[in-house]
Amino acid sequence: MLSAPEHGLPGHLVAFVGALRNHGVSVGPGETVDAAEVITALDLLRRAELREGLAAALLRRSGQREAFDTLFDLYFPAAIGAGSGEVEIPRGEGQDGEPGPVDVDALREMLADLLRDGDEEKLRELARAAVDALGRSGATGRGVQGVHRQPGWSAYQALRLLSPETLLAQIMEGLREEGDSDLQDEVRRREIRDRIARFRTLVQDEVRRRTAEQRGRDQVAKTAVPKQAEQVEFLSAYADQLTQLRRTVHPLARRLASRLAVRRKHAKRGQLDMRRTLRRSMSTGGVPMKPAYKARRPGRPELVVLCDVSGSVAGFSHFTLLLVQALREQFSKVRVFAFVEKTDEVTHLFEPGAELSGVMQRVLREADLTAFDGHSDYGHALGTFAEHWGEAITSKTSLLVLGDGRTNYRDPNLTILKRMVGQARHAHWLNPEPRRQWGTGDSAATRYSDVIPMHECRTAAQLADVVEGLLPV
Amino acid sequence: MKATQSPLFGSVDEVTERLERVGYLASTAVATTVYLADRLGKPLLVEGPAGVGKTELAKAVAAATDSGLVRLQCYEGIDEARALYEWNHAKQLLRITAGQGQESWDATRDDVFSEEFLLPRPLLTAIRRDEPTVLLIDEMDKADVEVEGLLLEVLSDYQVSIPEMGTVTAKRRPFALLTSNSTRELSEALKRRCLFLHLDFPDADLERRIVLTRVPELPEALVDSLVRTVRVLRAMELRKVPSVAETLDWGRTLLALGMDTLDDEAVRTTLGVVLKHRSDQVKATAELRLN
Repeated sequence: MLSAPEHGLPGHLVAFVGALRNHGVSVGPGETVDAAEVITALDLLRRAELREGLAAALLRRSGQREAFDTLFDLYFPAAIGAGSGEVEIPRGEGQDGEPGPVDVDALREMLADLLRDGDEEKLRELARAAVDALGRSGATGRGVQGVHRQPGWSAYQALRLLSPETLLAQIMEGLREEGDSDLQDEVRRREIRDRIARFRTLVQDEVRRRTAEQRGRDQVAKTAVPKQAEQVEFLSAYADQLTQLRRTVHPLARRLASRLAVRRKHAKRGQLDMRRTLRRSMSTGGVPMKPAYKARRPGRPELVVLCDVSGSVAGFSHFTLLLVQALREQFSKVRVFAFVEKTDEVTHLFEPGAELSGVMQRVLREADLTAFDGHSDYGHALGTFAEHWGEAITSKTSLLVLGDGRTNYRDPNLTILKRMVGQARHAHWLNPEPRRQWGTGDSAATRYSDVIPMHECRTAAQLADVVEGLLPV
Repeated sequence: MKATQSPLFGSVDEVTERLERVGYLASTAVATTVYLADRLGKPLLVEGPAGVGKTELAKAVAAATDSGLVRLQCYEGIDEARALYEWNHAKQLLRITAGQGQESWDATRDDVFSEEFLLPRPLLTAIRRDEPTVLLIDEMDKADVEVEGLLLEVLSDYQVSIPEMGTVTAKRRPFALLTSNSTRELSEALKRRCLFLHLDFPDADLERRIVLTRVPELPEALVDSLVRTVRVLRAMELRKVPSVAETLDWGRTLLALGMDTLDDEAVRTTLGVVLKHRSDQVKATAELRLN
């Protein structure tokens, strides 16, 4: 299905740039021209250099690299078809001269050896050969797959058959020597685990490439390219996407803080201070030559965060709490309350310098959050908060509620929330659900949003915008 | 101008080789972008975490090409007078008083706004040099947004306009390199004029070679376990992951303490060299099963 592009190499480059744009990498025509210059300056046969050169000309932000790499592999593939690897895949008995089905156990042995040695090139070749062989001939003892029909590439199938994770213990066993310390053991375990993860992505890349040959590049580019971390939706993110996202909290917080500093500087001009202006005019014979302004103190409000930590929104709450924590200097005091069915204070878990990556598990373990069945109950949670910690909200407080407002059809307790909003100086609700789902099913989001301003925060980028708008000047 | 100036490097491999000769081991990404920046005559914007060798790269390029290094260190509040040029007011006043009563106003005016009374700052210096020059604009993100505007003219046309004197155009295009820790987004206008390089931690093999070049006294086996441990630390969720500079520090520390293997005891006592936050140390100790 691969066809030569209509306008040769320039046409191909333009198509590649178009695919990048579709994935949220804004590339202008100027950059495309740069990229074309790059192509003329480099040796096209050296793929690694071409990749880096195009990245230098087209990308402007480090978070865009993953999408770029995937698209680069699709548009500038390292090989066509099965390629010419050196790896011999072990096979069972074949019939009619066809290559036989793959001997999975022997293949796993090969994989274990390569994972132990950690040679990335060899792993890549094995991934390529394994995907090809499994897609064409299937595996022994699992019925004859793929013969006499179109070969089918599947990362899921290949990874399930090879199940590289289960090799970990075996490899560790083979490497263990007398007198190894726990430390050496642990370092080795983590290395092997990293290589296994690497192998998984190699297989996925390979499958994507083969599928693109079969079904057309644009089709694959549309669906299979990873999103930039900031564009990932909180509610549908995988665990490792969330981990990756959490790594961006500190740079994000720093960026927000410096943007805020700029805003403060530009908003410096205050009200005219009559008393000081007149006092100054004494030296110029009563003519006010130089007006004096009232200096504005930056407001540093107290912040009370009330967050839903139940399973569905925990990832969102965690990220937002990390962000609040990283922006701590902007507030005079931060108090954190967690709730599922009931509310409990967890401020002590978020002390400065505390270890925060596993903090949500600690919150769930140590705080008293459930009463009957462990499903979120916003009404009751608001009630317990008002009852025990009602005095936490004063006229100096900014109140921030994090949650999706899904109350499991229980009473949303609007009166309490209304009273809290009335007491606080500012109050905002951040909701990780898309706006169109508010109020559907058991969501009380629309009813809450009548009482308190509610903001949609589906992605980290959106959250950053909202938080920036909320921070005091 | 592109046509008149011969490029500094002939090929990507040559970049790698010449940088290596001055002690900088470049990855493919670094070598390729340096080569392109020189070839296309564009400034190079290097972004990345602290301690991966962004500033070091500029110094290495200068050393490898026998160029002079002109450095503009950015900070909050840096302005035109610190970055481009300034008039030497005191000297101008002296000149005016000295010539009082003997010269016409026109002559004096023309004279005090001449070369003699100009104090060139890094950007103008770099533009006016005849010899090959590497212009390093360090920590661009620390400077205010207005400064980026100043840079645009310098970086795209390699010229500086001085209202009283006219435009100074580069006799020789400097190799410009900007670094940023991305504490804030640089403006699109500036980024568009540059090639972009995200400098990340090197891969295991490269890092091993870097440590061996920088601290050659370390035994190879120790370097190997050192690099592997640092990489494991980087994979953890820490507040500040160790950079290459910290790997080197760690190597030097072990050397100074006379330790030749990286065992539990050695890691436990020297972990403070690589992890600077208390909570990170606690976490790493627990995850590496050191207690």
